[in-house]
Amino acid sequence: MELIDKKSIGKKLNGRLMLNKVLKYIFLLCTLVGLVVLATLLIDTIIDGWSYLTADFFTNFSSSRPENAGIRGALIGTLWLMGTTAPIAIILSVGTALYLEEYAPKNKLTDFIKINISNLAGVPSVVFGLLGLTLFVRMAGLGNSVLAAALTMSLMILPVIVVASQEAIRSVPSSIREASIGMGATKWQTITRIILPASLPGIITGIILSLSRAIGETAPLVVIGIPTILLFTPTSVFDTFSALPMQIFSWVKMPNPEFQSITAAAILVLLFILFLMNSVAIYIRNKYSKRF
Amino acid sequence: MKKSIFMAALLMSLVFILAACGGGNASDPSEESTGNGSGDGSEASTDAEASASGSISGDGSSTVAPILELINEDFNAEYPEIQVSIGVSGTGGGFEKFVAGETDFQNASREIKEEEVSELEKAGIDFTEFKVANDGLTVAVNTENDFVDYLTFEELQTIYSGEAEKWSDVRDEFPDEEITAYAPDQSHGTHDFFKEAVMDDGDITAELNQDTNVISQSVASSEGAIGFFGYNYYMVNQENLKGVPLQGPESEEPVKVTEETVMSYEYPLARPLFVYAKNESFENNESFMQFMEYTLNNASSAAEEAGYVALTEDEMQEQKDKLEAFK
Repeated sequence: MELIDKKSIGKKLNGRLMLNKVLKYIFLLCTLVGLVVLATLLIDTIIDGWSYLTADFFTNFSSSRPENAGIRGALIGTLWLMGTTAPIAIILSVGTALYLEEYAPKNKLTDFIKINISNLAGVPSVVFGLLGLTLFVRMAGLGNSVLAAALTMSLMILPVIVVASQEAIRSVPSSIREASIGMGATKWQTITRIILPASLPGIITGIILSLSRAIGETAPLVVIGIPTILLFTPTSVFDTFSALPMQIFSWVKMPNPEFQSITAAAILVLLFILFLMNSVAIYIRNKYSKRF
Repeated sequence: MKKSIFMAALLMSLVFILAACGGGNASDPSEESTGNGSGDGSEASTDAEASASGSISGDGSSTVAPILELINEDFNAEYPEIQVSIGVSGTGGGFEKFVAGETDFQNASREIKEEEVSELEKAGIDFTEFKVANDGLTVAVNTENDFVDYLTFEELQTIYSGEAEKWSDVRDEFPDEEITAYAPDQSHGTHDFFKEAVMDDGDITAELNQDTNVISQSVASSEGAIGFFGYNYYMVNQENLKGVPLQGPESEEPVKVTEETVMSYEYPLARPLFVYAKNESFENNESFMQFMEYTLNNASSAAEEAGYVALTEDEMQEQKDKLEAFK
């Protein structure tokens, strides 16, 4: 008796090879859909907005007259916002991650906190906006200042950085941790000299990726009530400001069709900043990730 | 090496936050007294140039915002020391901030509602209403639509109550084609105004959108569509839209929306655009008086530049007299 019936296999083989091929192209198509949409959007935006990216566009404030409209206020406001959000978010979330991973006792309460931090990452940004409006703008009396917006944004990106930092800290091999303690180092010495340097790439990647989420967020700023019409830049964190996504949001609604192109130009600037931040994140990850 | 960079970053951010927190307690009272925004530089210079510095904040209607933005630009060129910030939260959203005492003035594309008045009373905020311009809420259809010559308010009601699904349901002589009705969403004073003036406070059933450009573009691109928006959106899209003459309950014949019919209020959906000012700010903030004076003096030209219709001269004089009373 033959073990292999070549005839019957031959009959089915073509079908199987066909299915293989078809699926390959279907999956390729799936991959392309996202890419094509992104490319179309980018090309369309570049065609639309490129000619508006002049020096004046960066030095002028926003205007209802399309020929004078620029992003100076929004761009500087965004930089202020990010410059304030970053330190607040970093200290809070890296601190949280260190406590949870290194100090917290392994019990139900710690688990509960960890689960809730992960849940927090899924809360819509509008909800954080409402939280910020009640807590920082109204109760703390900060008004629609840079600080109020930065605190709101920090809370929003906190869970993402905490989770990323936790992962990074956890990935430090326990052997070198034990070696450090075995050498007589205290917990704090172990953390600053061994664990943080080793987990830094992971932490920084998390920070940059979540900051690049924050930079494009509009919903919390709308809820807080950040003005879009202003002709000055903040001089302290207690000043009010405008931000790029808000500017884009308000320009796209202007009746004059020329503002559609100006919006495209502003989108290009925002995309460029995002692209730059993500590149830095990837660079850091690749450069430092092979320590162990 | 990396560790020291990290520690430096940590230290810097810590210093930053401490400085921020410290500054917070110190400048809180001054912030409350100026109402909002940046009180810092102004304290030092108040004596030297009492009226040439300060900060003013407003919020409100996206319909009125373009007028105020134009005024603010020219105002800023003349008084660069005065910092004006204007949000665009919509008439309703802006009134919430006005009630909370967060803004000095409030832009509105409709008259203040009674419940808003009582909330302001509760909050102890006195206010004055100023008209700054006129707008003609324009009802438009697709340019391909050649059968709609005019519409009465009753017909608009059947369309926007969702009762009519086809144009033939609106008027017998109209063809048997489907209607798609578009309208600004509830965040717009335009929505409220239409609801009150045309719908007798009945709900608007239509495709509601927050972005007025989407409405004008939808009407321009689909044949059976109808939509309404501010006069300025019609002005810039005139080639792609067909404005519908309207016959209100008081008009004898259908009236086309033009500058003249809006100014004279012959057009049944002509409406004033308002700026509500907080009286207290006139007393506490000299620059606010300057700003409001400048606003009224330039409102008519700014309104026209933004695609709206100016007030009549008499009407504008009335507004100026109201402001004069605070001096």
